[in-house]
Amino acid sequence: MLDKMTFAAETVTEATTKASDDLSISEAAGTALFGYAVVFSGLIILMIVLYCTGAYFKSKEAKQKASAAAETKAAPAAAPAPAVEQKLAPGSAGHVKLFDVPDKEAAMIMAIVADKMQKPLNELHFISIKEVK
Amino acid sequence: MDVIETLKTLWNDSGFQSFFTDGGWKNLIMICVSCLLLYLGIVKKFEPLLLVGIAFGCLLVNLSYFGEGSSDALYHLDLWDNFLDPEHKDYHSYGAIMSHGGLLDILYIGVKAGIYPSLIFMGVGAMTDFGPLISNPKSLLLGAAAQMGVFLAFFGAVCLGFTGQEAASIGIIGGADGPTAIFLTTRLAPHLLGAIAIAAYSYMALIPMIQPPLMRLLTTEKERQVKMEQSRTVSKTEKIIFPIIVAMFVILLLPSTAPLVGCLMLGNLWRECGVTERLSDTVQNALMNIVTVFLGISVGATTAASRFLSLETIKIVVLGLTAFCFSTIGGLLVGKLMYKLTGGKVNPLIGSAGVSAVPMAARVSQMEGQKANPKNFLLMHAMGPNVAGVIGSAIAAGFLLAVFK
Repeated sequence: MLDKMTFAAETVTEATTKASDDLSISEAAGTALFGYAVVFSGLIILMIVLYCTGAYFKSKEAKQKASAAAETKAAPAAAPAPAVEQKLAPGSAGHVKLFDVPDKEAAMIMAIVADKMQKPLNELHFISIKEVK
Repeated sequence: MDVIETLKTLWNDSGFQSFFTDGGWKNLIMICVSCLLLYLGIVKKFEPLLLVGIAFGCLLVNLSYFGEGSSDALYHLDLWDNFLDPEHKDYHSYGAIMSHGGLLDILYIGVKAGIYPSLIFMGVGAMTDFGPLISNPKSLLLGAAAQMGVFLAFFGAVCLGFTGQEAASIGIIGGADGPTAIFLTTRLAPHLLGAIAIAAYSYMALIPMIQPPLMRLLTTEKERQVKMEQSRTVSKTEKIIFPIIVAMFVILLLPSTAPLVGCLMLGNLWRECGVTERLSDTVQNALMNIVTVFLGISVGATTAASRFLSLETIKIVVLGLTAFCFSTIGGLLVGKLMYKLTGGKVNPLIGSAGVSAVPMAARVSQMEGQKANPKNFLLMHAMGPNVAGVIGSAIAAGFLLAVFK
């Protein structure tokens, strides 16, 4: 195998030295084979280089994904997830926090406030209602 | 004023008279050839952007150059013969070309100096997404295999009596890469440039007719039906690093490829780096169009009748077709090998896209794949070997240049 490659390389060298002259058929065959081998080996090496860089980037990406997943797992422990939000009634403007106030009383208070302020209830935003003791 | 004498002088100076002088009929034939090429470019849409320019350059030179002494010619073969003759006082003298040459002589300097093919490669790089190749580096094997036609045609050309330099220029037609063929031919066998450029661009345009019969002949229905898995997504960083790695590696391996590979990868880096949109846009559009204008018309100018109408041209046309066919076969055979080795995961049709006619060859793979299986989408898989073929043909050209320069 090595002998054959050496022969091909010698043929190419001969071809180079007498480039301006006519090539013999055997020299042409040697040059063609050697040239095809050069193209193949060049692109094979490039392929290996691309596989290596690809592997590096894939492992980097996997690491980034793993760390991102770990962060999202750790996040709920630090701050507990909010309670499941109740479905809002049509026209409602969010939730009001009630402290020691029953629902019915809270509704009544909100209606009184709206009446006193002479504004429609759905234009007011109550944040919390707390019984003052 | 002697009217008769004036008419006689006008007749003697006219091109019409030249058709009846020694060899003038050849110009008439070349004018018909240029009209045929214009028809193919305009009506049949064979690579019109280049072929129309080449055809019109061919028309212009054959209307104005009737051999040595054609002082008003747009292109002078004799000036370029002197330019290449080491014993002539105008050897390698661009000054002589500038002072005595016509418009096309001056435009041809860009071809001779290898400027236009390199700038075209810059545009190709800026227009090419190497993502499919980066995600599937095995495609490079198909790009390498599809250079088989280059070396077989080279061998065939030597058997037919061409010199090594001429044979190398003819062989590169099999790379299906016009700028590479022009680049190599201007350096090794400039007297064959017209025939080689026309053969290369004509066959590239004929890919949808040349490749499918070979694809159907060499693959089975079952192989053509293979659906390939989606490749991985390539990150932006990988796309930026790719042109730098390829430029470093290929130019170090074969320094003679530096103008082509360097420009190809610079264009691609401008596209991918994300901070040079303006340059990328200019290279892809304005510069590419300007260079195409100059390249087409000046390559066409080399088809002067006295040089073009010869047996050599017919041999080049035949060898060019052989090169194209064998390049397709080479890619298909390695595609089949990959099909076997991967247990049927690779569709061998993508192998034919290893010839570097981007994106025509990849489209042909897609069309043939869909004919066999309408749910088959091979385009992105075929783009990998397609762009690998560009690099492969540049390496093949670099090798031939290194050996025969």
